[in-house]
Amino acid sequence: MTVVPDARGASPVPSTAGGGPLPRAVLAVSDLPVSDLPGSDLPALPAVPVPVSPGAPWIPPATGFGAAFGAVYRGQLARSKVGRIPLLFVASFQSVGILVLLRGILDVDNTTAAGQVVAGSTVLVVAFVALNLLAQRFGALRAAGALDYYLTLPVPPAAVVLGTAASYATFAAPGTLITAVFGSLLYGLSLSGLWLLLPVVVLAGVCLSGLGAAVGLLAPRPELATLAGQLGMSIVLFLGVIPADRLPEVGRLARDALPSTYAVDALAAAFQPGIDWATVGTDLAVCAVVGVAALAVAVIALRRVATS
Amino acid sequence: MGVVLSYAVRGLTRRHGAGEHAVLANDRIDLDISQGEVFGVLGPNGAGKTTLVRQLMGLLRPDAGTITMFGQDVRDAPDLPARLAGYLGQADHALAELPVATAVGTTARMRGLSRAAARTARAAILEELGLTAVANRPLARLSGGQRRLACVATALVGDRPVLILDEPTTGLDPVARRAVWAALQRRRDATGTTVVLITHNVLEAESVLDRVAVLEAGRVIACDTPGQLKASVSGDVRLDLAWRSEPPADDPTVALLAGLATTNGRRWTVRMAPAAARDALGRLTTGAAFAALDDFSLATPSLEDVYLTLGGASRDLERT
Ligand SMILES: Nc1ncnc2c1ncn2[C@@H]1O[C@H](COP(=O)(O)OP(=O)(O)OP(=O)(O)O)[C@@H](O)[C@H]1O
Ligand SMILES: [Mg+2]
Repeated sequence: MTVVPDARGASPVPSTAGGGPLPRAVLAVSDLPVSDLPGSDLPALPAVPVPVSPGAPWIPPATGFGAAFGAVYRGQLARSKVGRIPLLFVASFQSVGILVLLRGILDVDNTTAAGQVVAGSTVLVVAFVALNLLAQRFGALRAAGALDYYLTLPVPPAAVVLGTAASYATFAAPGTLITAVFGSLLYGLSLSGLWLLLPVVVLAGVCLSGLGAAVGLLAPRPELATLAGQLGMSIVLFLGVIPADRLPEVGRLARDALPSTYAVDALAAAFQPGIDWATVGTDLAVCAVVGVAALAVAVIALRRVATS
Repeated sequence: MGVVLSYAVRGLTRRHGAGEHAVLANDRIDLDISQGEVFGVLGPNGAGKTTLVRQLMGLLRPDAGTITMFGQDVRDAPDLPARLAGYLGQADHALAELPVATAVGTTARMRGLSRAAARTARAAILEELGLTAVANRPLARLSGGQRRLACVATALVGDRPVLILDEPTTGLDPVARRAVWAALQRRRDATGTTVVLITHNVLEAESVLDRVAVLEAGRVIACDTPGQLKASVSGDVRLDLAWRSEPPADDPTVALLAGLATTNGRRWTVRMAPAAARDALGRLTTGAAFAALDDFSLATPSLEDVYLTLGGASRDLERT
């Protein structure tokens, strides 16, 4: 009889099969013909228990960005906390080291160059987290098939990327403050514009996180994701820390194309005696636009992985 | 009106890889899964079960065929599976470092529950599955079974109308397994939750599933209620005998059975008509051969027999 390649070949029987170890409450046993289905010339579906109130269920709405971001952030923050403390040190030591190293080379009276070095080192902390760590994390998640977990929850993909980035940033953010303050003191720069650190770090963070996540998601292998992330960080390091006027022509072009440059420039302006607000505003606006674009790329990457 | 279909699948085909390494993982699959049904997918490793449910969740794009959920084509509404269904995948790397309570609680929040509702739901599901004692331990530091159970909890929290579970009870002990079965049936009975679950386990298939699709090499080779499937393959029963020593070969009953049995060391399996089996067993247990007999059982056909009769290979089905 019923050995057929689909569900529609069986004669209707009450679904009392099994009689397993658990008491089962069959709500209603019926053999309703499914006449509106293709193939209804075949016998009806085997009977199945019908719920008390038939009808399509209420479709739960998608979860809002805020709640989703918060949940991803809290979950990621709870991941073995011990490993994050060294992260804080590594991220800031690297930048502080560069500041000390360049102190011997740079002309201290050139506040433009000095401001740029300090700003570049500070943004480097962000790049370390966003490009290096995030690319690595998303590469590993993808390789392990672990993205399915997020992709099957009704959350905006951007919340997954930013929530994860923010959890790393929580441990790296103090590093940006340490680097900026230490650098200002070392090079004798004004600290009055330091509050600009907040928007710069947030916008650079969004921007570089989007890129880091996209790299991690699109890289064919997790090792390549890690390598690409590290390469990206080195580029941010060189083009951010070396003052623009000392770069060769091709370097200047690359510098202009690099999204983190605008964060570096905005922060560098904050260390100057008379802050040029128009420049700072423009730089931050560019950062924001590139940030949105980078996130969009990451979201597309996540969707692409979703329906491979 | 008719039965509400949670899923209607037509001609679903999906290939993995390209060129000579291509595998046809799903081959023209048709399925109707009704609302409030506990539907099982049974089949050996590599049969295409995961490929099938990942397409149901929108995680894989079909090469051909359509999937509709409650009447809506999922291609037109790609976010529908995530909103309607709770999913348990085969991999759980994303949650490995999270404490159980955090994993469950944040998943509830991502399903849109308010903070208070998420807390309540979390406590309830941990209690229901017996995980309260390990609530604060990271998944990576639990036993394999506890870890799987914690992942089941994340799939169930937030009470979705549909649950898609890829081997929810693999690695669980019988107590935990029964807790999961009870949790699924409770949801089905109380709110008409539709459950689609993958299993290798014959007992699970026979005791909790309303209907089961048997998958083999990408094809659905049978789909019906477990009872109907068993009745369909044969009226024979299975007589299992285990000998503690060499059975007396001159005993006529032993000689008869030896001719019919498939043997595996000192274990014999004989398929025969119920009356003949009862008769043979009666003579064995009262005759001289009884001294050599260690254990015996007489069973009606199981889904494993169905599976074998339909041409499957038995290697991957478990029975406990
Ligand atoms: N990403 C992939 N690339 C290439 N082949 C794949 C891929 N995923 C699955 N396959 C192949 O497709 C077939 C079906 O795989 P699938 O994972 O659906 O099996 P399954 O029934 O879930 O098996 P199991 O019981 O082991 O989980 C197998 O032959 C498998 O080797
Ligand atoms: Mg599988």
